[in-house]
Amino acid sequence: MKFDTPAQTNPIDQLKVIGKATTRIEGPLKTTGQAPYAYEHHDAVANQAYGVVVGAAIAKGRITSMKLEQAQAAPGVLAIVTAANAGKLGKGKYNTAKLLGGPEIQHYHQAVALVVAETFEQAQAAASLIDVQYQRSDGAFDLRSVQASGVEEKEQMADTLHGDFDGAFAAAPVQLDATYSTPDQAHAMMEPMASMAAWDGDKLTLWTSNQMIAWSVDDLATTLGIPKENVRLISPYIGGGFGGKLFIRADTVLAALGARLAKRPVKVALTRPLIFNNCTHRPATIQRIRIGATADGKITAMAHEGWSGDLPGGKVELAAQPSKLLYAAENRRVTMRLSTLDLPEGNAMRAPGEAPGMMALEIAMDEMAHKLNIDPVQFRILNDTQVDPVKPERPFSQRHLIECLRTGAERFGWDRRHAQPGNQREGRWLIGMGVGVAFRNNLTVKSGARVRLNDRGIVTVETDMTDIGTGSYTIIAQTAAEMLGVGLDQVVVRLGDSSFPASSGSGGQFGGNCSTAGVYAACVKLREAVAQRLGVSVEDAEFVDGHVRVGEQNLPLRDAARNGELVAEDAIEFAELSKKFQQSTFGAHFVEVAVDSATGETRVRRMLAVCAAGRILNPTSARSQVIGAMTMGVGAALMEELAVDRQLGFFVNHDLAGYEVPVHADIPHQEVIFLDETDPVSSPMKAKGVGELGLCGVSAAIANAVYNATGIRVREYPITLDKLLDKLPPMS
Amino acid sequence: MDTPDLLPMSRRHLLILGVVTAATAVLPPFISARASAVNSSRPITTSLSLWVNDQQYELDLDTRTTLLDALREHLHLTGSKKGCDHGQCGACTVIANGRRINSCLTLAVMHQGSKITTIEGLGTPDQLHPMQAAFIRHDGYQCGYCTPGQICSAVAVLGEIRQGIPSHASPSLTEPPQLIAGEIQERMSGNICRCGAYSNIIEAISEVAGVNA
Repeated sequence: MKFDTPAQTNPIDQLKVIGKATTRIEGPLKTTGQAPYAYEHHDAVANQAYGVVVGAAIAKGRITSMKLEQAQAAPGVLAIVTAANAGKLGKGKYNTAKLLGGPEIQHYHQAVALVVAETFEQAQAAASLIDVQYQRSDGAFDLRSVQASGVEEKEQMADTLHGDFDGAFAAAPVQLDATYSTPDQAHAMMEPMASMAAWDGDKLTLWTSNQMIAWSVDDLATTLGIPKENVRLISPYIGGGFGGKLFIRADTVLAALGARLAKRPVKVALTRPLIFNNCTHRPATIQRIRIGATADGKITAMAHEGWSGDLPGGKVELAAQPSKLLYAAENRRVTMRLSTLDLPEGNAMRAPGEAPGMMALEIAMDEMAHKLNIDPVQFRILNDTQVDPVKPERPFSQRHLIECLRTGAERFGWDRRHAQPGNQREGRWLIGMGVGVAFRNNLTVKSGARVRLNDRGIVTVETDMTDIGTGSYTIIAQTAAEMLGVGLDQVVVRLGDSSFPASSGSGGQFGGNCSTAGVYAACVKLREAVAQRLGVSVEDAEFVDGHVRVGEQNLPLRDAARNGELVAEDAIEFAELSKKFQQSTFGAHFVEVAVDSATGETRVRRMLAVCAAGRILNPTSARSQVIGAMTMGVGAALMEELAVDRQLGFFVNHDLAGYEVPVHADIPHQEVIFLDETDPVSSPMKAKGVGELGLCGVSAAIANAVYNATGIRVREYPITLDKLLDKLPPMS
Repeated sequence: MDTPDLLPMSRRHLLILGVVTAATAVLPPFISARASAVNSSRPITTSLSLWVNDQQYELDLDTRTTLLDALREHLHLTGSKKGCDHGQCGACTVIANGRRINSCLTLAVMHQGSKITTIEGLGTPDQLHPMQAAFIRHDGYQCGYCTPGQICSAVAVLGEIRQGIPSHASPSLTEPPQLIAGEIQERMSGNICRCGAYSNIIEAISEVAGVNA
């Protein structure tokens, strides 16, 4: 199905199932420990062996020797995979660094060996017996020291130079010129990367934990040099991804190689201390923002220039990107520069680009509002735009940012905020409120599905779409139930298997809208097939309560499959609409913090997000997506930072004790409001993404609240105690 | 001290030497490669008896096997999750003799005769424990990987408060702790949820406990 004109009224608009708060259909499995994750498929294949990965002990250089004898002789050891015996390996399209290093080492903890043994304990013990000698080379590990060497990556993000920024900024009566930094961050999803591989002749089956099944089939086939038809990926449950599992990682490739060498099924989970340097992370950024405005608060000039680093051939973190679209300004400069760093591979993490970009931009907007002596909510409203500011002929399909801000301000009690910072105390606590805008584009990606109807009236949906905690199982079931007029208990959803039609996968907050639109397309075909079997006209047919109604006729749906299962398959394909319209999602975050006037400890006391993100397919799971993102935003604001050893080139705090993420005690009760919006430009579902929106801008809202509480402006995330301690107002 | 040879060396040289001499393998400093090789050449197994979810299991295990791996890899009770294997995330939380523990931080052989309750022992999809049902109702989970640990912890936390065991958040060590959200949040803080379902989890636990979140 081609989607090339805005959606008209369709069966989804009935909203009998879609749009209703629905608990997750897989909830009973997840809460009882019955949902099988990648390392847990004991029954899938017999005789499973265990693989343990050894990571490189240097950041850059070469392996000079590798002694395997002791490990090979250790009890239970079946095979040891290294670059020396792995055969020629390719590199997947989505990987920057090789997944098996040696002799060249590209980053710290790059995999250099896999030890396969009968038991996990034996594999782990033997892995510690491998003796690796290295020759270190010099590397670049500090973004600031290589910042000046950054280059424009035209294909990833070309400079936006619009109007005359320099002239307009110089002429602006009120100016801000400030530089911000965001640190390297880790996905830190709860389930480690894990895979189990089994070969049957030249056919490979992998049970894994992966967000993008079709990409990863391709990349694994490329890496192993085998036809992709010979690769099957199965990933029904994924213990979190946040972008860290968009791509195949060392566990996948090494499980496959280990199983081939050991002639046994092999399962491999990356150990937690290995994950932070072995896998990808969100790259650190430096961002300089300049805003020029008239005295009454109209922005006339805006520059957002950012710098990030990655391994050679890697990616730039598109932090400046939101400044292309978010606020009106006639003169604009938006640029990103990429430098070479020899730290582990930087790559996408939840809301790549926008998350760190909005962390900086929304502090800058707060700073500018203070300079102008305009309320920060009002300042943003003043500079709203309903069109792409660089291409005014291109409107936003929907943009309800002002409503988000106004609704949020009212619900949060923004009028109780003291405009003058450092003016509200409760005992030893300094109290402050902050606001930050949420903004993330809505992407559309082709997505396919297959739908089956059997003679019991059961509808089964099959797609390689994944559920990484996002609620895909449930919204897909809701879509099929709505389209075919059956209850949720009549729908079975099967996901994450490469033998099913390729979907959008889970990434870039496009999965919810696109995968359900793909299911919609397949259901449209199934409705046609049903009507044909029942001998009625599909245009006149209503699918209601397990029946097909045409005039006076009321035929059981299951009758259509009486003579054999009906199967329909289709995909949604998106055309020109995203060029004609800018599709984005919007929100406003409001936060109240208390800062300990003696210690600088920041406690988040209240959080509210108001979102305008198209039709909300399932308010329950959509709300969870947003509160989860708000929680991650608390981490980004107050604690998350991969500490770089600039001498040796690795992330020092590479476990969950050293890399601090929010825990229960850090998070207050959170409120989310969704504005009533449908966006017919986005898809037949009229939905958009919401999972990343909730992260964008929330950290800045916290930073702004800390400023409001203390009068201290911290521009280097995370806002830890040491950055406040010597600047706190005198104790009263 | 006269050490003229060392003086011209840069820190980088020292580091390179250090790598060649000391950090050649990934062994912790207190185990020499030789000692470790000797030990691993004769793995020790022992038989033990575990009571898990009211069922007795006789196992013959490598003594290095953690309780978590005994459950997951030997009994195929994979509800208890391995998130870090270092006691940092709480996903492996089980209840042993009435107390919640990180099952990755304890060896199976230390649990001869222990009565272990895992998530599978609390309830099944057809017969949910009230805490499991509350987590579903309040959407107290997303990816589901930390969820069994959260639920086992939650069940134990309410027991700890009932038994009068104080926490860091308790105003007094001698008065009984209050059944309030702040107490629950403090006690649940060893169970990380990266999806960020905390606000909903506290609502679920509070509902089971009969308090306002």
